[in-house]
Amino acid sequence: MNELLSPSVRQQPWFRFWRSPAGLVGSGLTVALILLAVLAPMVHPYDAASDRDYLARLSSPSLAHWFGTDALGRDVLTLVWYGIRTSLLISLVSVGVGGSVGVGLGLVAGYVRGWAETLINWFTDILLAFPSILLAIAIVTVTGPSTQSAMLAIAVVQIPIYIRLTRSMVLSLREQEFVQAAQAIGATTVHILWRHILPAGLAPILVQASLSIGTATLEAAGLGFLGLGAQPPTPELGTMLSDAFKGGYALSSPWTIAFPGLLITLMVLAFNLLGDGLRDGFDPRSR
Amino acid sequence: MKVFILKRLLGVLPVVFGITLLVFGFLHLIPGDPAIVLAGERATPEQVAALKAQLGLDRPLIVQYLVFLGNLVQLNLGHSLISGVPIATELQTRYPATFELAIAAMLVALLLGIPAGIFAALHKNRWLDHLLMSGSLLGVSLPVYWLGLMFIYIFAVALNWLPPSGRMSVDLGLTFRPITGFYGLDALLQLNFPAFGDIVAHLILPAFTLGTIPLAILARITRSAMLEALTQDYIRTAQAKGVPAVWVVCRHAFKNALLPISTITGLQFGTLLGGAILTETIFAWPGIGAWIYQGILERDYPVVQGGVVFVAIAFVLVNILVDLTYALIDPRVQYK
Repeated sequence: MNELLSPSVRQQPWFRFWRSPAGLVGSGLTVALILLAVLAPMVHPYDAASDRDYLARLSSPSLAHWFGTDALGRDVLTLVWYGIRTSLLISLVSVGVGGSVGVGLGLVAGYVRGWAETLINWFTDILLAFPSILLAIAIVTVTGPSTQSAMLAIAVVQIPIYIRLTRSMVLSLREQEFVQAAQAIGATTVHILWRHILPAGLAPILVQASLSIGTATLEAAGLGFLGLGAQPPTPELGTMLSDAFKGGYALSSPWTIAFPGLLITLMVLAFNLLGDGLRDGFDPRSR
Repeated sequence: MKVFILKRLLGVLPVVFGITLLVFGFLHLIPGDPAIVLAGERATPEQVAALKAQLGLDRPLIVQYLVFLGNLVQLNLGHSLISGVPIATELQTRYPATFELAIAAMLVALLLGIPAGIFAALHKNRWLDHLLMSGSLLGVSLPVYWLGLMFIYIFAVALNWLPPSGRMSVDLGLTFRPITGFYGLDALLQLNFPAFGDIVAHLILPAFTLGTIPLAILARITRSAMLEALTQDYIRTAQAKGVPAVWVVCRHAFKNALLPISTITGLQFGTLLGGAILTETIFAWPGIGAWIYQGILERDYPVVQGGVVFVAIAFVLVNILVDLTYALIDPRVQYK
């Protein structure tokens, strides 16, 4: 079937993306997870905050509670379902904010150069000197544990990655003829960056964004596990693991840790596969 | 070479300065006064003020920062607000535990990740390659804190094969006398083999937990570096000369693929130091990570400050060390 398509169609990034098994599985899983998160308030079996069956505390998986119940008699399936929503929200917002700031600073560093580049590079080197979870912990320590703090902390962790990526991209693009042509006709710096350089270098940024959502999910759940992420009664996957670990029932009631952990893994896997697929399609040379 | 090392170390100074500035800034923006935390909620304002003066917290921020920097140069990082123990002493006691765990985790990653990457490259696009790369993709997607809990459940609780937490059994710990703080090494130095076995048994679960992500990353990097090396002309020449396949892979291809592998190894070692916070918390491992976490919970600023600065500087130094090994690995690299 594919042989019937012209070579120009087969060279299209989206064609390559859909032909990549990673892209196909990753996008399928991602769409499924987003649908689950969006539908949570409509079709959930129980209410995550108020439905507590104290007589069925820590009961193992059954027909009434497919994933069992936790120490407060809450349905683990419902908590996990809402947890996906919280984790997705944290990772999408943090990658969106961190990515935007990082790309902005990277554009400036790569195009304007001079003292701005020196300062931005110094800032990048400092942020990269911290292992990411340690930096996120340090930030949440300042802002206090909450969903918003977790978003901010993970956003800051993302910034240097995008600065480095965008700066290197701009350094090569700024010497290209189409940029010099724009400069020659008197286009402003903002116009050149926004209308010429950014669109030309968007593919690696998109690939990185997809991979970053995966790492952001891991970091958000890590902060939740340390008690520094979303606070009760907001259900969050890392917080669920933390509750079971600190409550001392993680090992006697393994379903309270197995399902949240599996869902975190599935979410990260989905975005990693999506990122791999995007790379196959849009940036095949970097494979 | 000496000039390169000196230049590299000097180049790190602005970063180290930035690290100290950032950590100091962060911890002095934290809501809640450490003097009130230390004096207790029932302390009078006079008692809190006296404590602030005693700790130097009433001085201007710039003075506090300069004092902090001056003390840091002299390796005087202050005292824990809770226990009163000097931070430097605590770091000295705890760093061997963290490094021992990080080294063990890195060994797991290197010993399993590199062969997996080589086999995947040698069987490119065949079922073994797909299996190994799917496994590595799963590895980078696993949350270490969950993996640790599952390992404890499976191997310590259900199967009862390995101990669930700590660095060694309590009964052996009563008679064990550490020398360097690296328990495995100490047991070997004392020829205390029962203790060595016990220490290794305690190390297995946390090392595999912490080593999983670097293992997966190393497998992927090794595969791509080997694929690159295997397409080079010198490989074809060696094959044409009839050099045995094992020799071609190990001596020619792998040696040339080592540069990216060593870079990633260095970066991952630094990440392991940070990742140790979660692993040490789960396995009750008495290292720097668990100590920083305790410091955060208790708002023990000097502990968090000292611990974070130590880990960040160790991260930077490890990466310099990796830079220096480049010339050993690849003679084409010249230090200028």
